[in-house]
Amino acid sequence: MFSNILIYFVVIPVLMLAGLALTRNIKQVRAVAVVGSSALLALSGVVLYQFLQLRAAGNTDPMLMTGSWVWFEPLNIHLAVGVDGISVAMLILSAIIVFAGSFASWTISQSKEFFLWLVLLSTGVFGFFISIDLFTMFMFYEVALIPMYLLIGVWGSGKKEYSAMKLTLMLMGGSAFLLLGILGIYFHPAEGGQYTMNLVEIAQQGVDKGWQYFLFPMTFVGFGVLGAMFPFHTWSPDGHASAPTAVSMLHAGVLMKLGGYGCFRVAIYLMPEAANELAWIFLILTGISVVYGAFSACVQTDLKYINAYSSVSHCGLVLFAILMLNSTAMTGAIMQMLSHGLMTALFFALIGMIYGRTHTRDIREMGGLMKIMPFLAVGYVIAGLASLGLPGLSGFVAEMTIFVGSFQHADTFHRAFTIVACCSIVITAVYILRVVGKLLFGPVQDEHHRTLTDATWWERISVVTLILCVAIIGCFPNFFNDLVGQPFQTTFANIIDVIK
Amino acid sequence: MDLSLSSHLILLLPLAMFLIIGLTGMKMSHRFAGVLGTVGLGITLLLAYAVAYTYFFSGSPDFVDAAGQRLQYSVFDYTWLEFTESLVIKLGFFLDPISAMMLVVITTVSFMVHLYSLGYMKGEVGFQRYYAFLSLFTFSMLGLVVATNIFQMYIFWELVGVSSYLLIGFFYTKPSAVSASKKAFIVTRFADLGFLIGILILSFYTKTFDFLTITNSPETVLAQTGGATFMGASVLTWALVLIFAGGMGKSAMMPLHIWLPDAMEGPTPVSALIHAATMVVAGVFLVARMFPVYLISHAALMFITVVGAVTAFYAAVVACTQIDIKRVLAFSTISQIAFMMTSLGVAMPDIHEGLGYMASMFHLFTHAMFKALLFLGAGAIIHAVHSNDYTEMGGLRKYMPITHITFLIGCLSIAGIPPFSGFFSKDEMLTAMMHNHPFWGYWMTMVAGLTAFYMFRLYYRIFWWDDNKHYAEHRPHEAPATMTIPLIFLALVSVVAGFIPFGEYVTWNREPYEIHLDWAVAGTSIATAVVAIVIATIFYRKRNDIPDRLTKRFQWLWTAAHRRFYFDELYMFVTHSIIFRRICQPIAWFDRHIIDGTMNMFAAVTNKASSAIKGLQSGNVQSYVFVYLLGTLLIAAVACVCLI
Repeated sequence: MFSNILIYFVVIPVLMLAGLALTRNIKQVRAVAVVGSSALLALSGVVLYQFLQLRAAGNTDPMLMTGSWVWFEPLNIHLAVGVDGISVAMLILSAIIVFAGSFASWTISQSKEFFLWLVLLSTGVFGFFISIDLFTMFMFYEVALIPMYLLIGVWGSGKKEYSAMKLTLMLMGGSAFLLLGILGIYFHPAEGGQYTMNLVEIAQQGVDKGWQYFLFPMTFVGFGVLGAMFPFHTWSPDGHASAPTAVSMLHAGVLMKLGGYGCFRVAIYLMPEAANELAWIFLILTGISVVYGAFSACVQTDLKYINAYSSVSHCGLVLFAILMLNSTAMTGAIMQMLSHGLMTALFFALIGMIYGRTHTRDIREMGGLMKIMPFLAVGYVIAGLASLGLPGLSGFVAEMTIFVGSFQHADTFHRAFTIVACCSIVITAVYILRVVGKLLFGPVQDEHHRTLTDATWWERISVVTLILCVAIIGCFPNFFNDLVGQPFQTTFANIIDVIK
Repeated sequence: MDLSLSSHLILLLPLAMFLIIGLTGMKMSHRFAGVLGTVGLGITLLLAYAVAYTYFFSGSPDFVDAAGQRLQYSVFDYTWLEFTESLVIKLGFFLDPISAMMLVVITTVSFMVHLYSLGYMKGEVGFQRYYAFLSLFTFSMLGLVVATNIFQMYIFWELVGVSSYLLIGFFYTKPSAVSASKKAFIVTRFADLGFLIGILILSFYTKTFDFLTITNSPETVLAQTGGATFMGASVLTWALVLIFAGGMGKSAMMPLHIWLPDAMEGPTPVSALIHAATMVVAGVFLVARMFPVYLISHAALMFITVVGAVTAFYAAVVACTQIDIKRVLAFSTISQIAFMMTSLGVAMPDIHEGLGYMASMFHLFTHAMFKALLFLGAGAIIHAVHSNDYTEMGGLRKYMPITHITFLIGCLSIAGIPPFSGFFSKDEMLTAMMHNHPFWGYWMTMVAGLTAFYMFRLYYRIFWWDDNKHYAEHRPHEAPATMTIPLIFLALVSVVAGFIPFGEYVTWNREPYEIHLDWAVAGTSIATAVVAIVIATIFYRKRNDIPDRLTKRFQWLWTAAHRRFYFDELYMFVTHSIIFRRICQPIAWFDRHIIDGTMNMFAAVTNKASSAIKGLQSGNVQSYVFVYLLGTLLIAAVACVCLI
């Protein structure tokens, strides 16, 4: 079992948990967090390297580095792991954000308990991305959700109990749908199929066509709640606003990606026929998300609310593109997940750092921060430019792949909706520049702010890591495009062609 | 030097300057950063000249065929992002007459601005940042003109937009500069949305982004659309008009012109480089690049002509009433670019072998030189009197002789007086318009007359009229050498550029074509310009009350023109009262109260329901037994009834 490299994505966090339990002071906690998250980052690099080697050697299996260990024989549940290009990309993303998040919560109070829950959360995240068994996937999904309640409820700010409760209940509601959907998939294989939880096997044998029309919406909505799909997105503004910095980073950066990833991996990958026929309903909902989130962001005054609504818009684009069922647009969706994960984490990190200094997130009470904290301000401008899709940063690549891909759709309805989604690029520019202009430029609003200091070294590490990643994707997109696009062009393309 | 190496360096040097000065500028002295940027650009300039020279004069079979037709040549073309097998974004370096010409224009003006800024920006906070952004802009603009495919152009198009944003908002503590930069970015972004949709539509039918493929066989493009139409116009026309919309934003055509006058909040050398000579002509360049395809759609060309003609007239009228000298120049820029647009719109292969295209490019070249000259001159003046309003100036010819002479050359050039360069290019444009339809010819001749009038109004108010009383306290002085050298150089170019046989080099089908003056057209336009200058002389040479009396006589017209015919108010109304109040706020309210309210309602109902039934779980044994017995009796009773 331990010969499979993927399993270490769970082993390292578990070791970190053990290490954290033994720590006595904040220095030791920091040491464990930094060593552990660096190990995870290194591991994801190794996995990427091995994955590319295997692909270069001509291995065209849908999932590589697979391993499967029986967990509960009667129900045929396995701890099955395996990765394709998409999961590798997601693992790298998670590792980067956990790494940056550790530095961003350098001075948190009760740090031992905080990091315990944070690491437990990341265990769930990593476990989710390496699983190819529906049941273990679902289990890790829940593991990732529960710590969120405590992290927000205890370490949060503002209406933290309310937000934590709301977030947890709404996401649990989503998982109820999900569990139903997963059981349905298990019990209703296509003619001649066997009862199995293994994703690859289910994809091969298919799901009963009649049941698909019921199970597809179940799973899509179940994961869609976490992907902030309209109208199930309202946990996101309150949740993000109350969450502490690292939790916001992880939540918007990685956890929301679980939604998009799940929508693809479970709802669409397993039930393409239903997806093809029912996509239009969700296209309308996600199309609304994209524009609606952007418009809502234009009038918010709390920095975190602005970014929460901006996430609704950007994650809406992810689900929108997945539903196009064409390889370019779906590649774009994964790119958008990467890009949104990195830049939202960057945003929330910076907001946390600014909030830690000014003790307000209301843009009306701040101004001219560029003069006071140039490093953080420049970081914020770069994050903003990435978000509004400046070429050379990741947002542009992702959005353009989505728009070009979606517009290649043969159906006029899809193309018309693509144009609607395109309009978001203008609205995004409006709310980003509004914040940048108000917060960073102009005269200093509050004289007390003049004495504030710029970023510390640990904050700089966090910010620079994220900016570098955003710029690397933006400047050399073709590598990532190949990595995440490959599954769509081979295995999945066949499925789609069969339907059409 | 090897062509491939030098073309790589042309793009990489400015980029490297941006990264070096941008990342380590804080550690450099002002002087070092400025000189580093200027030297870097100087090398770029030499390389660009070398590349352009090789392209036009080497006679290599790559660049010109046996029949004398110039060829289009990609020096390099790297794959950047592969969407599908045929839809690929490449980053390349495309050489053809217009891109070679643009290389010369951009590097020349940019170098002059770099040099000039050493003096103009001396001692400003953020001097290094300024040079970093200038390099970023130059890189983006060069990348835009050498684009091998429409998506590369879009990429650099966005990058010039953001450099423009950063430079307009250079004085970021000034609220007016912040809002001007925001306005510029958002208005052009809105236009870029049109550009993007246009690209999407075009690529949907053609399955390619490549300029060569699209422009070499425009008939195939038309065939590929399969005659699809939308609202009465062919899909191709829609795509072309949408792409042109992007150009309207960047080139400040009506009604998307509103950002350009505000963009004057940026440092004056920036206005000269970005908002007069290079970035704002990107729209013209875009249409020129796609010209063979535009020729397929007469409706699209007609649209361009009308937009150009209306904008040219509008901006010229507004320019006559502005007091801020940079705004006069800004409106003059809008008007002149509209001239180029109209000229492209009227260019037909069957009329004088597409003269309009050549004339438009010619004017782009000469305009870049004399408008940069005028802006830099205005910068020197502002530097001397510390104000933008001409009411604070007057009589400056005695104090600033070099600025005076060079500014006068710029004015004569833009007014179209021979032998200055503007005369030749404007004359070719008017000829093309006159031959397309006399209406356009006379209309634009009238605009040319207005141009001469407002430019000389400006000239006399700055340099003649009478001395301003402030001079007693603060005597204006001539600018330092770093500022006057660029002025003198650009003035010389403005004098001689008209004699370049432009038709030899830049024509729509890349075949040489001999220019000859049409004296009927030239005579009319010279006469109009001279009359306009004479009127301006009478009005403004010496202090008198004619202008004031005229203003009083036509008060409503003057106010309307001075307020730019209320376009800004209209935009303010649409964005604030409609989009912000009627769309954004209601949506945010709906989200918080209806959508979120529904979620909270679920929670509240669950709460209510559970507290309503929680009495059943009382823990009271007597009541449990009572209910139990009651239930048993009930079942027994039902059973009895059934049995009986």
